[in-house]
Amino acid sequence: MSLALAPTDRPRLPRGVRLAQDRVRGGMVLLAPEKAIALDAIGEAILTRVTGDATFAEIVSDLADTYSAPRDQIESDVQAFLQSLRARVFLTVVK
Amino acid sequence: MTTPPPIAMLAELTHRCPLSCPYCSNPVALHGKETELATETWADAFVQAADLGVLQLHLSGGEPASRPDLVDLTRAAHEAGLYTNLITSGIGLTPKRLDALEAAGLDHIQLSLQGTTPELADRIGGYKGGFERKMMVAEEIRKRGLPLTLNAVMHRHNLDDLDRTIDMAVELGARRLEVACVQFHGWATLNRAALLPTREQTEATKRKVAEAEARLRGTLAFDFVPPDYYADYPKACMGGWGTAGLNISPDGKVLPCHAAETIPHLTFDNIRDTPLRDIWYDSPAFNAYRGTDFLPDTCQSCDRVEVDFGGCRCQALAIAGDAAATDPVCRRSPDHGRVDRLLSEAMAEADSATFTYRVIPRP
Repeated sequence: MSLALAPTDRPRLPRGVRLAQDRVRGGMVLLAPEKAIALDAIGEAILTRVTGDATFAEIVSDLADTYSAPRDQIESDVQAFLQSLRARVFLTVVK
Repeated sequence: MTTPPPIAMLAELTHRCPLSCPYCSNPVALHGKETELATETWADAFVQAADLGVLQLHLSGGEPASRPDLVDLTRAAHEAGLYTNLITSGIGLTPKRLDALEAAGLDHIQLSLQGTTPELADRIGGYKGGFERKMMVAEEIRKRGLPLTLNAVMHRHNLDDLDRTIDMAVELGARRLEVACVQFHGWATLNRAALLPTREQTEATKRKVAEAEARLRGTLAFDFVPPDYYADYPKACMGGWGTAGLNISPDGKVLPCHAAETIPHLTFDNIRDTPLRDIWYDSPAFNAYRGTDFLPDTCQSCDRVEVDFGGCRCQALAIAGDAAATDPVCRRSPDHGRVDRLLSEAMAEADSATFTYRVIPRP
């Protein structure tokens, strides 16, 4: 399957994958089956917008507005990050 | 070096198990039920682990479902804030118990697979009817939408069924498949000749996993543990000794890995007596092989020393006779010839070898 997200796709974290505060190391982690991924500020900014309701295009726009950054750049970063999670089934997509 | 907090903890709740797999990762000297930690002791250990920085808890065994208090333990782990994973053969998980585990906050199940047919699976597990019951449990897990990993332990007798194993993982709705070739510790060392795959099987397996991984990306994720006797370099065992994970045995001993008790000169503290934090940061056993300073020149001068940390300490002891030596599976190890000898001996005996099944002593 193609892992690329279309603008209207609604990415979501499937059951068994969730964001959590790491109260010992600080920051946020993505907890998934037998895996914990420490998130940097960018990963956190993206994943806190992955609600299952927001479309890919809406997430990109929100990030571009919030950080006053070029939309194209944001879009390719978010696309790459979400695809890497989707490849491991840490992220699914509602069409 | 500064010791980081641990990320994962393996809680071996019991050594009891209805199966008798000849490659069981439990020690050859198994503990009976009378030595097992009480519910409250485990619950307290989970709180200590979370306070120490553990994020992921693996409830394992033996068969963890052999503990009548598994639901209470799962709830305690969940309430401590741990991501809770159940490592099970499925035997002992009724629909009612799965409901209770789900309600208690279980996050994920790792289900073992001994083979793709009842004949093979039940012969490997030494438990008649086990495969059929496992398939019923897998269906119950799928119906509930509980995240599932299938852990296929692979060896000479089932590696040729890898394609079917991968199809089964997809059919059962697993998101992840571990293709875990038997590692030779504990019971498996008694069964080397019966279990070691051939080099041809190993090469075919690598090709098949790479092909399936590309084909199923986004549907089924793979974790592949190749048979390390055929590898060029050792595994970064446990991500480094005392670095990422720890293990508590059924009787409360806190270990850097599940096989660490095979290193006889180390003494392990018990969670009944000593706080987990003190054991992790200060105990001689956890500090014995931390970092890379203890390693011989072969490793110190190697560009991979920070990649694999010299490999597995237990394997270094078992094969090279020195727990501080380079893991002998490494091509650069002066003891590598011993691995080649073990391989050729095992291949010579393979056709006549029978299984030594895991047995637990009765009190």
